Amino acid sequence: MSTVTTGVEVVDLAVTPLRALNQRLHDLAREEGPTHWRVVNPNGAHAIACGLDADVEVEIEGHAGYYCAGMNKRATVRIHGNAGTGLAENMMSGQVVVEGSASQSAGATGRGGLLVVHGDASARCGISMKGIDIVVKGSVGHLSAFMAQTGRLVVCGDAGDALGDSIYEARLYVRGTVKGLGADCIEKELRDEHVVEVAELLKQAGIADVDPASFKRYGSARQLYSFKIDNAGAY
Amino acid sequence: MCGIVGLFAKSTEIEERLGAHLGAMLVQMSDRGPDSAGVAVYRDPAPTGWCKLALYSRDPREDWATVAADLRSVFGGCEEPDVRASHAVVVVEAAADDAARWVHDERPDLRTMSAGRSIEIYKEVGLPTDFAVEFRLHDLYGSHGLGHTRMATESKVTTEGSHPFSTGLDLCVVHNGSLSNHNRLRASLRREGIEFRTENDTEVAAGYLAWRLREGATLQEALEGCLSDLDGFYTFLCGTQEGFAVLRDPIACKPAVLAETDDWVAMASEWRAIAVLPGASEARMWEPEPGVVYVWERETDRAAVAA
Repeated sequence: MSTVTTGVEVVDLAVTPLRALNQRLHDLAREEGPTHWRVVNPNGAHAIACGLDADVEVEIEGHAGYYCAGMNKRATVRIHGNAGTGLAENMMSGQVVVEGSASQSAGATGRGGLLVVHGDASARCGISMKGIDIVVKGSVGHLSAFMAQTGRLVVCGDAGDALGDSIYEARLYVRGTVKGLGADCIEKELRDEHVVEVAELLKQAGIADVDPASFKRYGSARQLYSFKIDNAGAY
Repeated sequence: MCGIVGLFAKSTEIEERLGAHLGAMLVQMSDRGPDSAGVAVYRDPAPTGWCKLALYSRDPREDWATVAADLRSVFGGCEEPDVRASHAVVVVEAAADDAARWVHDERPDLRTMSAGRSIEIYKEVGLPTDFAVEFRLHDLYGSHGLGHTRMATESKVTTEGSHPFSTGLDLCVVHNGSLSNHNRLRASLRREGIEFRTENDTEVAAGYLAWRLREGATLQEALEGCLSDLDGFYTFLCGTQEGFAVLRDPIACKPAVLAETDDWVAMASEWRAIAVLPGASEARMWEPEPGVVYVWERETDRAAVAA
């Protein structure tokens, strides 16, 4: 007998301990259960809906604390509020959407999936990203995409200081101003295939009112990470 | 880890309930600092020629009426003490330094937690929820206030080692982070005549700011000096009689969120502490940039002094 339900499983964190919620969500990797979850009264608790590995949708009705939806696989996690440090850290696949703003290190070390921030993200957004796609409707803070290896970061607003410092092969698109570029990060030509790429990412993120041709592209000058003896003094 | 909160009132509604709001913010930061909690509230400036001291006693049955009577006999005037748990606020007809020195010399069993005209510091070991009830934060109105929940790293869990720290008149600091050059800096500040009473790193930051302000720096300049003279990581929230200021170290590894509405300016380590304020969902919110000083000050006091 299938236990799959069409209803919404509501978990009240004012009543249910966080570990009990996360355990139930983890169990979905091994056994069938509700496919649509609503978490109410999150009150900024840390580590909500971490480590999911199932095709489910989790809606968080309020503000989430640190490391929300960390290590996410397959699941869609939507936060109807703001998120703290380390949102969707090391995400593998699936989708994480925050309707408010995200604190530092959003999407850090992410390997896949899509992270959408409808407000602003702050410092170190996409730090060490390894394949994740990140779309930010607002702006990102300093040291975003630091040591970014692969994946795409789309910023509809502005970027802070030292964008893409020590970047590898991630592609960065910023529509507004960039306060400063980090070491070995340069502006590159926005060609047709890049406009198509940005348009596709904006579409996936559900952002319709932004012109994909209005972005600038940034990436690696490839002078730092491929070791050259002339750069020895830079280390 | 530690949690910081700050609230600057821009409306009388917020002023009247400042302590209640500050307490609610502090409770949200319990997970960040369960060791001790404290607040500094700025309110009811003492009249010209008078000062305000916040005193602490280890003795739960401290006879505060006698302390006030002694102060009255020495200085001529002392209002009835306002007692909150282990603390009492006394308003004395004296310069703040003179009154604090009398307490230091004649009542070494007491500690002066704050001195000035408006500042009142209350701090104690234990959970923020207990602290808020024991110190009746709900009836503390005021123009602005700071709070801290502590997870101890650099020194012991004691009332004296709790934040906020004050080493200057009407000046206080709460801190999230830790400083690594505090021993050497403490030694050099002692040579400048700044007094320290604990081994705590944050007290050194408070002492550094007191020294720079004494030497004529503005709050902005004093905080900018931290960027070159303090080694370590920090988010500071610094309170003065006029307002408060926020500074994060140049790397900004310790969290900070700022938010502003027509009624208030708030600062906290995490958004959840601001979310409890009225109108928070409509507030303009951002995270302060590294190495940038943010200051909110009330113009009225300065204007009054200038006039």
